[in-house]
Amino acid sequence: MSTTVQQTPASDVPALATTVVTSWKAPIAFAAFTLIALLLAVFAPREGETGFRLSEAKDVIQITTITTPAMPTLWVVIVLLALATAYSVFIVASKRRVPLWLIVVFAVLFMVGFLTWAAAGATIPVVGLLFGSLSLAVPLIFGSLSGVLSERVGVINIAIEGQLLAGAFTAAVVASITGQPIAGLFAAMVAGMLVSFVLAAFSIKYFVDQVIVGVVLNVLVLGLTSFFYSQVLVPNAAQLNTPPRFDRLPIPVLSEIPIIGPVLFRQTLVVYLMYVAVALVYIGLFHTKWGLRLRAVGEHPQAADTVGIKVNRTRFWNVALAGAIAGLGGTFFTIGSGIAFNKEMTAGAGFIALAAVIFGQWDPIKATFAALLFGFASNLQNTLAVIGSPVPSEFMLMLPYVVTIFAVAGLVGKVRGPAAAGKPYIKS
Amino acid sequence: MKLELRGITKRFGSLVANDHIDLTVEAGEIHCLLGENGAGKSTLMNVLYGLYQADEGEVLLDDEVQHFAGPGDAMAAGIGMVHQHFMLIPVFTVAENVMLGHESTKAGGILDLASARAKVREISDRFGFDVDPDALVDDLPVGVQQRVEIIKALSRDARVLVFDEPTAVLTPQETDELMGIMRQLKESGTSIVFITHKLREVREVADRITVIRLGKVVGEASPTASNAELASLMVGRAVELTVHKDEPNLGEAALVVEGLTVIDPIGQLVVNDVSFTVRRGEILAVAGVQGNGQTELTEALLGLQPRITGSIAIDGIELSSASPRRILDAGVGFVPEDRNEDGLVGEFTITENLMLDRSNGAPFVRAGNIQRAALEQFAREKVSEFDVRTQGIDSKVRQLSGGNQQKVVLARELSRDLRLLVAAQPTRGVDVGSIEFIHKRIVETRDSGVPVVVVSTELDEVAALADRIMVMYRGRIVGIVPGDTPREVLGLMMAGEVPTEGAAA
Repeated sequence: MSTTVQQTPASDVPALATTVVTSWKAPIAFAAFTLIALLLAVFAPREGETGFRLSEAKDVIQITTITTPAMPTLWVVIVLLALATAYSVFIVASKRRVPLWLIVVFAVLFMVGFLTWAAAGATIPVVGLLFGSLSLAVPLIFGSLSGVLSERVGVINIAIEGQLLAGAFTAAVVASITGQPIAGLFAAMVAGMLVSFVLAAFSIKYFVDQVIVGVVLNVLVLGLTSFFYSQVLVPNAAQLNTPPRFDRLPIPVLSEIPIIGPVLFRQTLVVYLMYVAVALVYIGLFHTKWGLRLRAVGEHPQAADTVGIKVNRTRFWNVALAGAIAGLGGTFFTIGSGIAFNKEMTAGAGFIALAAVIFGQWDPIKATFAALLFGFASNLQNTLAVIGSPVPSEFMLMLPYVVTIFAVAGLVGKVRGPAAAGKPYIKS
Repeated sequence: MKLELRGITKRFGSLVANDHIDLTVEAGEIHCLLGENGAGKSTLMNVLYGLYQADEGEVLLDDEVQHFAGPGDAMAAGIGMVHQHFMLIPVFTVAENVMLGHESTKAGGILDLASARAKVREISDRFGFDVDPDALVDDLPVGVQQRVEIIKALSRDARVLVFDEPTAVLTPQETDELMGIMRQLKESGTSIVFITHKLREVREVADRITVIRLGKVVGEASPTASNAELASLMVGRAVELTVHKDEPNLGEAALVVEGLTVIDPIGQLVVNDVSFTVRRGEILAVAGVQGNGQTELTEALLGLQPRITGSIAIDGIELSSASPRRILDAGVGFVPEDRNEDGLVGEFTITENLMLDRSNGAPFVRAGNIQRAALEQFAREKVSEFDVRTQGIDSKVRQLSGGNQQKVVLARELSRDLRLLVAAQPTRGVDVGSIEFIHKRIVETRDSGVPVVVVSTELDEVAALADRIMVMYRGRIVGIVPGDTPREVLGLMMAGEVPTEGAAA
């Protein structure tokens, strides 16, 4: 039997045919939130007007407070939410993906509706709300930068919580003794790095499971700091636990921009360092030799080894650096806010930072935005408690964690972390 | 550059992987290192490349003794390596991969990507590679990825280039092109060490051949030696290279697959509208380059793929939405592609592995208790029937050689009453002696009237076993052709070219 073959150029490789895996997650979530808004409007209507204050008393440029009647605004929002939901159903039904902008628009709309309802008869200080969000996000951002670096180089860093706490503790003590917050800052970085050394040594040199080392480290740091707090800091609070705080440093001109200025440019040194850190980590990771090697080691350590990169040394020092960054974030709790050290004062911020790493897809910029979102959720709860919202405060306390769970759960399976994260590199 | 290895010995615990190996590669020569899987070829090359430290012996380049503490030293001395499993970072671009480890930077430590791109283009043009420096390695076909590996080595001015089993992942056409590239490199004065166990390739391209068996050099051969001579040198005894196989005794259609489509998590149709039929007493071999949907096809047959459409029926029973348990109970035997991943539990004994898929009732389990006596008797029978070389039925499977592990898998699957046998890469990582045995058992299974689907990327295996050959490319069937189709035609089909006539068989 003769068989001949059609000749076609051998080099062109057609892409695989694809189909869209339709996901009804977004329309279902949209419908649920629209329903929540509807239920609020029907069963818990609130009278009065809601104000959104957009500038502070001391601002040079004053913007008038926007006032809106609560219920009509909520009804308008509900209609818009319903429209967005219908549009998302249409998109998914026609086998397309729900675009990111629609999700963002929906979330903003829902927030506006919810705030109008919750603050009926009162005024929401928008600048204060955003300022507080940024502040609360600072340790989360440092923590997530630490997580991004560490995981990109191939070591899972569960110990962010411990690094933050060690940083907070050391910063308080050193700054109290020296009277210099800047000294506390450096001490905190060293403390975070020391925690990282333990993580690095056990996971890189002795191949201990990285998650277990991380968890153990968190417990260890928590125990140590609590012990020293009650045995040493409490009896000598005046000498050892009265940290000076960083002063606010308004940046001339920039700080006078309406809304943005007071939020971004009337902050302390720690926050400005955070801006620099995000930019440096981003440029470093994606545009320098250091970052290229770091990512290579975290993706395919063997390949890195065959081109002469020392895998374990690279991992060790970058994990140490990650610890220093997290330690720096820990200063926010004490010298960054002028508060004395207290037991367990990080209260799970390290774990939320870890969630921000995953939510931010191991990208420093995206992780920063994720951390800001979590910071916003935390501060929203504070603000609503202050203006007297009808939602029970215990319920509001859940908010940041609920946001975390939904954010991470919605992404699991869609994003891929560094291929070799969590795997020790063992050479025979 | 002249490369000389003198008395290289490398031990892993009590195992001597290399036993006083001497090897000389002259400048501008293609030197083949021929040996079975596990003969110690890759270990030797890893010693040369500085990845392992030799226990004894020395490496000489142009008659000077070298001391390599790591791959960096080896590269600096002019040794380049194209690894069997590519040492490329999938999420990096070609340029980034090529520059990694010897990056040039601009002010402030910023990567100089422009110069890396230029370097890739320059080498790519010199050899006619046609590689885009900005393409993501993950998106490139394996043949092109291999060229990236070659570019990577050449960009460091390698003058000795080691190719470790380079053709395992290539289509026959790509293999021919690679041979061309090797000759071209040789012309330009590069010394080449070519590691392989494929006889055809050795005879085609080698200037000299060194054969390694069980960690020792067992002889040199000239490229004019016959296949049988080379094979017996490699295995240490005369081997039958062809499987004896009678004409198939065809029964009625048993496995009928209609319009089967498998969708992966990101929406790609990894198996795209595939229809075929296998009759009783017939072997259908699925040929194709690795990664063209064969893995997903076999997994779909076993109910392991969550998103499938279309129909799979065995003896008229629809099984496309059945669970793996139901499919196994329906009489499907499965030899998975990666036995260590899917076929065996390494830390379990041979006995335990033999009952892995039968823990739900008689004869091995009664009232939740394992019937040890019955099980051990069964294990002893199977170990002798399938010639599993082991110290006893209580040995851990991890300690067995690849060939013996595969025999354990085969023993388990063939000891049930089968209505279909699916064998994916049945002889991958298996020594030549065991290959003979496994092929015989597969043919016997066919002769007992069971329909058999064999998936293989090795054309030799496809040719040896198939009654009909189905070639897959990019998730689709290119064609189903008779078992005696010439390899050139199969090779073109594996690259996606549809045969214009004679497709019906």
